[in-house]
Amino acid sequence: MGDLLNIFIKSAFIENLALAYFLGMCSYLAVSKTVKTAFGLGLAVIFVLGITMPINWVINTYLLGENGIFGMDLTFLRFILFIAVIASMVQLVEMVVEKYSPSLYNSLGIFLPLITVNCAILGGSLFMVSKEYNFPEAVAFGLGGGFGWFLAIIAIAAIREKIKYSDVPAPMRGLGMAFLLTGLMGMAFMGLMGIDPAAF
Amino acid sequence: MADIAVVEKKEAIKFGKKERKLLTDPLDDNNPITVQVLGICSALAVTTGMKNAAVMAVAVVFVCLFSNVITSALRKRIPKQVRMIVQLVIIATLVTVVELTLKAYAFESYKQLSVFIGLIITNCIVMGRLEAFAMANRPYESALDGLGNGIGYGIILLIVAFFREFFGKGEIFGAKIIGAAPEYIVNTAAEGSWMGWYQGNNLMVLFPSAMFVIAVLIWAHRAWNPKLVDIS
Repeated sequence: MGDLLNIFIKSAFIENLALAYFLGMCSYLAVSKTVKTAFGLGLAVIFVLGITMPINWVINTYLLGENGIFGMDLTFLRFILFIAVIASMVQLVEMVVEKYSPSLYNSLGIFLPLITVNCAILGGSLFMVSKEYNFPEAVAFGLGGGFGWFLAIIAIAAIREKIKYSDVPAPMRGLGMAFLLTGLMGMAFMGLMGIDPAAF
Repeated sequence: MADIAVVEKKEAIKFGKKERKLLTDPLDDNNPITVQVLGICSALAVTTGMKNAAVMAVAVVFVCLFSNVITSALRKRIPKQVRMIVQLVIIATLVTVVELTLKAYAFESYKQLSVFIGLIITNCIVMGRLEAFAMANRPYESALDGLGNGIGYGIILLIVAFFREFFGKGEIFGAKIIGAAPEYIVNTAAEGSWMGWYQGNNLMVLFPSAMFVIAVLIWAHRAWNPKLVDIS
């Protein structure tokens, strides 16, 4: 249990997908104008990461591995299968959100389908493979990664809401400041990388 | 009532003002990175060197162009509910073509880029154009749009890579320009190269610097083209 907590904290803070690896930047920058939409997208990412990680783990272990049901090394199919799982899950989330929360659906706009091409999702699955996690660890890693991404987008959205009242040079307003702030936040998170995860 | 045939308006293929706008718009007013903010992940990852950035730019132009054409040709046959999966299969196939081509003809680049070539699949600019343009337009216009967006993306990639490589390592395309090094090409005098005092700035090689460079780029772009300024 302690190990799982360790993996959760590590993937949420020290190896934060958004601020340490800069994955999923497109939607991170575009949807972080207000905390409300950022909250919705963050939840969607936690949800999709939390679902796709275990499914991809099962596929990777029991379909593609040498000990799987086909008994041969099919890892060259990994990209296509992972992206297919992610795409179908996102389509599912899109349909559910469209049915039950049209206002959230409208505010997320084009960025809901773009969760599919959110590098954080595919990157998370690939990290999970390269780190050779077992099933519970993969679940913890998925939830932790999603939570870290959620925190990062909430943080930048809050900063951007506040910075609206500052006297920023006109060409730098909006997007330019978002990039600058993300860079600074990234430098801060690089400091966390130096922390020994065993200390948790 | 059943015999009301849907007549599709056939327009001649021409290269007029509208078509030129499709091609040049993404270079300036609608740039993928500095205005649309799509495809940032790989812009951060591959821009530590100009060579990687150039290979990546060519790959993205290729994938963007052909995925736009193929999706546009198939657009009336793709059911709305599964459109994303169909688009991803098209992109993944093209990326596989790029990967195998690089493996065969440019193995050195392939070894350095292999992970990031795979990540073109998740490059938002490709799928963003498919969603926003190719699903609603004819193959010819889609081809121009894909080409324009690919080039607009590649140019920014090269500019960012130039600053990062130049100030980070004092090199351009892997050739030493400034700073002390045993193999410099500008001044081969025995003691001290051109600007031999320059110490490579390691921060420029790390990820946050790409953010800073793009931020300054956006600043410059919007100062030069004030209609892009964010008024909200």
